[in-house]
Amino acid sequence: MKEELFVSGRNIPNIDPYLNIWHWEIPLYLFLGGLAAGLIFFAAYFVVRGKEKEMPATVKWAPMIAPIALIVGLSALFLDLSHKLYFWQLYTTIRFSSPMSWGAWTLLLITPLSMIWVASYMRDMFPKWDWKFKFLYKFEAWVISVRKPFAWVMMILALILGVYTGILLSAFNARPLWNTSILGPLFLVSGFSTGLAAAIWMSKDKNERKVLSRIDLIFIGVELFLIIHLFMGFMAGTAVATEAAALFLGGQFTISFWVFVVLLGLIFPATLETIELWGYHVPKWMPPALILFGGLMFRFVMVEAGQITRFLY
Amino acid sequence: MRYAMAIDTLKCVGCGDCVVACQTENNVPHGYCRDWIVENVNGTYPSLDLEFRSERCNHCDNAPCVRCCPTGASHIEKGGIVVVTHDECIGCGACIQSCPYDARYQHPDGYVDKCTFCMHRVEKGQNPACVDVCPTECLHFGDLDDPNSKVSLALKNRTHKVLAPEAGTKPQLYFLT
Repeated sequence: MKEELFVSGRNIPNIDPYLNIWHWEIPLYLFLGGLAAGLIFFAAYFVVRGKEKEMPATVKWAPMIAPIALIVGLSALFLDLSHKLYFWQLYTTIRFSSPMSWGAWTLLLITPLSMIWVASYMRDMFPKWDWKFKFLYKFEAWVISVRKPFAWVMMILALILGVYTGILLSAFNARPLWNTSILGPLFLVSGFSTGLAAAIWMSKDKNERKVLSRIDLIFIGVELFLIIHLFMGFMAGTAVATEAAALFLGGQFTISFWVFVVLLGLIFPATLETIELWGYHVPKWMPPALILFGGLMFRFVMVEAGQITRFLY
Repeated sequence: MRYAMAIDTLKCVGCGDCVVACQTENNVPHGYCRDWIVENVNGTYPSLDLEFRSERCNHCDNAPCVRCCPTGASHIEKGGIVVVTHDECIGCGACIQSCPYDARYQHPDGYVDKCTFCMHRVEKGQNPACVDVCPTECLHFGDLDDPNSKVSLALKNRTHKVLAPEAGTKPQLYFLT
């Protein structure tokens, strides 16, 4: 028998009997941050490649979601803080050892820049759009003149943002489920895949959808590959790692992860996209909606399950 | 200077005085605690092994809570005491996630709170409240760099362990076994 009791009594809110400090705000933000990173990355990528005309939805229309997603995500982050009035303390210092610190700074840069990106295409998308002030027209002309370097900056920032959503979790050594370096790439790939899904959903051009679907299939493939590696790592790991994996292999998150995230959120939409590429008709909304749902689910499962895992002593 | 605490698991009876003393001394809100007592039972009757541990923040040398704090509110004070500056804390919860000992909590006022080794007392040369109140004198506090301090002497003559050394945090609570 092995029994451990708090004889002094201990029932601290959100800590006992198991940790539950982060609720819906964090996974929602991780999802929206990844989505925005994906949207921005591919918009910038096709500008760098000089394919603005062939990919109008990816470059111009879909990025409109990015600033909205970022603002909603940031609001969720703000709601999560328990000492809200002091949030500005984030911007009094840069602490490189804290992913949350450089993530906050990245968000401070990428959010306004994503708005400028959308603004620079406003008159392309809505020919009747009027900026009202002369200096805004001047600013617009300047942004358009530096569009390529701007796109490069956005690509790099989107990469940082995408990786950050994973590294935020993997930096916590006390939570064995998160404390694996594969989480950074995994969240990046998953975020980019949701960004692609959103662009596919918004695109009306057949060829554009084809190009995006092909890229998305590669990303889903890599994501599945990384998930397999994640679990191989856990299974070959120490007691805390195998215990963390057990939550997904017969434990309470088995169905929510393997059925909703992997099957419905990755394998099924990938199959539909493949069928569509072969030329069969698939409802347009279905693969992207499933991918977005899977991405959201993935983050909820990871955040909730990770908090339960801990060192055993 | 390196403050540390040695807890005699053989002397501790689990009375909970240290918990109450801390709550009183530090005005810990109702329903919360900065220290707590774990009773660990191992084995099969009649050969049972019982261990009492009075636990609190480990004031780690390699403190993950300090590393992941985005504002620097969690920091290390003189003597290695890990402290949270309340009006720099934004309540993001990162340090709570990063602590393998679950020693931190969100104070009802919003900021994150935890054991400070009673820094306000230690600065005056006194012991932490839990140490002074312990009826079996099973808590030993002091400076590890001073070979004659109570904690150094306690560690010198006894076998001891730390909790979850594999977490790599270099904890500074030593449990005498």
